[in-house]
Amino acid sequence: MQDAKGPDQLFQRALAEGEILLPKCDDCRAYHFFPRVLCPHCHGTAISWKQAGGKGRVHTTTVVRRKPERGGDYNVCVVELDEGVRMMSRVEGIAPGEVVIDMPVTAFVGEAEGVPAVLFKPSEG
Amino acid sequence: MTTELRGKSAIVGAGHAGFGEAHGLTAYDVMAQSALAALGDAGLKLSDVDGLFCTMMEDSMPALMAAEYLGIQPRFIDGTMSGGSSFVNYLTSATMALDAGLCDVALIVYGSNQRTASGRLVTASRPPAYEAPYNPRYPISAYAMAAARHMHEYGTTREQLADVAVAARAWAQRNPEAFERGPLTREDVLGARMVGDPLTVRDCCLVTDGGGAIVMVRADRARDFPKAPVYVLGSAAASSHRQISQMKDFTVTAARDSGARAFAAAGVTPADIQAVELYDAFTINTILFLEDLGFCAKGEGGAFVEGGRIAPGGVLPVNTNGGGLSCVHPGMYGIFTVIEAARQIRGDAPGIQLKDIDLALAHGNGGVLSSQVTAILGSQNTL
Ligand SMILES: [Zn+2]
Repeated sequence: MQDAKGPDQLFQRALAEGEILLPKCDDCRAYHFFPRVLCPHCHGTAISWKQAGGKGRVHTTTVVRRKPERGGDYNVCVVELDEGVRMMSRVEGIAPGEVVIDMPVTAFVGEAEGVPAVLFKPSEG
Repeated sequence: MTTELRGKSAIVGAGHAGFGEAHGLTAYDVMAQSALAALGDAGLKLSDVDGLFCTMMEDSMPALMAAEYLGIQPRFIDGTMSGGSSFVNYLTSATMALDAGLCDVALIVYGSNQRTASGRLVTASRPPAYEAPYNPRYPISAYAMAAARHMHEYGTTREQLADVAVAARAWAQRNPEAFERGPLTREDVLGARMVGDPLTVRDCCLVTDGGGAIVMVRADRARDFPKAPVYVLGSAAASSHRQISQMKDFTVTAARDSGARAFAAAGVTPADIQAVELYDAFTINTILFLEDLGFCAKGEGGAFVEGGRIAPGGVLPVNTNGGGLSCVHPGMYGIFTVIEAARQIRGDAPGIQLKDIDLALAHGNGGVLSSQVTAILGSQNTL
């Protein structure tokens, strides 16, 4: 994706390089997610990419129950980043049932379903 | 729908087919049997239908497939797909089309064989790209996360969620058409297999086969049919997102908006409604919609449903057929909210028939709390 042009391609290319970029509107200065060709807040089309700070909180969470022989239970959650955008993800490094609402989490680039993906771990301290 | 359309159309036929398990039948077979049942109820024939309002879980052009299967060439087709709410939404477009003379007999129809076909949710839709890598289980993970947030913000309990399922079962036990009629206690729900925390398998709707249909005409000829007409007094739609990760407030649905506009169009308030038919895909839905439609304040839905208050003999009759939780849920349940509301008003409900029902509410939900459509139906007395 050297010649990435569209918002989705640009986001995915950065992710493949280990970077989390967030789209930010030049007009209203608000972030949005998922990436798109316009700002969903003010409908402006001047969008810049900013490095995500990586800090956020679990907005809501669930445990997907799965038989152990199929890989066992796993977490699915929605995280709100400090930039004000939300994304679906999962928190790794703790049991899926120990992920709780409002828990502070830190983003990292990992792999989900064989593709680079934004994942989270509990924030330290 | 605006007040100018209040009472301009009426339901003159309702029918269903294939409830439970429709062995050996395709989804379109069940759709067609449902159409015939509703037309028979209205004393009409398929050849009378010139307006078709339909979507299905399979194919990208289901309304065209349905018209072809039925052997009709409608003058007007609406195949808008907003999930299970679509069939409540068609009340608006059918009323508009009838009122404008674009069609004279509107058939709203749906069918599914999802239980016998696979026992799992059949869907032609793909998971959204920014959610798919995390493997949410659709649709339960979305509703589980809404329930978790409601519990977090308002102290709603798993016991209160369970009481929604228990109430639905109590209605179903008196409905010979309902699929699940065995006893169900709060402890049964809480102790059932956890599927997506905090929801157990008994917090989830059934997976059944089944189809439903209704027939609508302009109000000026609504009294020329065998059954008492049921008028569409108001209907309104609102949507807030498609992907659950994009839902702004997980504890407030667009039903707040659709409900307010439907009530305004009908010129009535929640206190006037005598029977409430809600799309209960999961137990949290009933709580959210009772709040958002104005039957109780935000955050008080848990207490509102607790201990049989929406069960037979309670303070408000909700999902009087047993709902998607215990009566029928063939992939999309929306049309059954309209059918049960209409039958309560006509006085021929298959289960518990409430006394002297003039006003009933049908509420459809689509996607993952994404699309909300509210309709208010009334008897001749309400015109
Ligand atoms: Zn903007």
